[in-house]
Amino acid sequence: MWNETVNYLVYGLFNMSGNIAKSVHFFIYDSIKILTLVLVIVYVISFIQTYISTETVRDFIQGKSQFVGNLLAAIFGILTPFCSCSSIPLFLGFTQARIPRSATFSFLISSPMNNEIAIAILFATFGWKIALLYTLFGLITAIIGGFIVDKVSKDEDILINIPYMRQVHSASFIKVIFKKRLSDAWKNALTIMKDIYLYVFAGIAVGAIIHGFVPADFITKYAGSNNPFAVFVAVIAGIPMYAGASTIAPLIEPLTSKGMLMGTALSFMMAVVALSLPEAMILKKVMSWRLIMLFFGIVGTGIILVGYLFNAIL
Amino acid sequence: MDIKVLGSECCANCDAQMEIVKKALAKVGRFAKLEKVEDMMEVMNYGVMSTPAIVINGEVKSRGKILSEQEVITLFEDQI
Repeated sequence: MWNETVNYLVYGLFNMSGNIAKSVHFFIYDSIKILTLVLVIVYVISFIQTYISTETVRDFIQGKSQFVGNLLAAIFGILTPFCSCSSIPLFLGFTQARIPRSATFSFLISSPMNNEIAIAILFATFGWKIALLYTLFGLITAIIGGFIVDKVSKDEDILINIPYMRQVHSASFIKVIFKKRLSDAWKNALTIMKDIYLYVFAGIAVGAIIHGFVPADFITKYAGSNNPFAVFVAVIAGIPMYAGASTIAPLIEPLTSKGMLMGTALSFMMAVVALSLPEAMILKKVMSWRLIMLFFGIVGTGIILVGYLFNAIL
Repeated sequence: MDIKVLGSECCANCDAQMEIVKKALAKVGRFAKLEKVEDMMEVMNYGVMSTPAIVINGEVKSRGKILSEQEVITLFEDQI
């Protein structure tokens, strides 16, 4: 129904045709659809977050076995908000609580990659199957990546002495009633939307241009099924790029509709979102370059493998 | 009362929380020592990973969200 309305607007009311019409149609149709769905999902996640903080995650994982720890850390990574400036307190806090380093790394990988906005936008553009697959592969990369990074890290890679943790009585926290949680979540969702909507628009605008003007065989030629290195190149190109999930996710649908394979496109997105130079600079405060390089190398390799796997099964 | 607002350099909400606490303090007219803590190591001492957080007399009262002026006043009133 929404599609018909936009059709009417673009082709009827604005009397457009050709490539411009395609671009404008894509822009209007996708911005409204994506922003609405993102708002709903961000609201739901914000509501869940009023119950789960990084501190509760820490307390919950504390003392669990390594595998369970990694699994839980990866799953909680979906539910907790992440910005690269929160990765240091997170790393320190987990280490302080004697959580195995593997689980800490799993969380560090999962949290930016399984970003709720990325998942929401994939859901809006491709439906639940692709969104679920992305999440599953993100989880697997985080769980296995955490294990391997832990195995290759040495104690001297951690550059900081972790301070002793004082006992905190959670009973002394201010009590929050249900209604307040609902309104807090709404406020939080609106703040997030305010922060990201321009980026989403930017992403959709670029996507709209791809949709209307990039010839179909252009992308196929360079990043289609006949290029075996496509995933590899996409990931290497994606690592130094620093764009939020909100910009990159709307590009995936136009890229794939122009012939890029789904696995290549999703790997590209994972690389942009999960690994970035600013994050490396921040991690430098607590760990050695050696470990950061290993961390990026291992996660990058994981993402490449996921891309080929996706290309093979889809 | 000894009040600390825990934050970090890259947390815009933390400055906002500091301002709210100042206003709340002015409203209740209580005598208190108020400081903003941005040193990561000291923040870690309180077991806090998500900022802003509010610590009153050594107890963490809130973390990971901004409290409104009214909520902060309630916190103050709980302290005798």
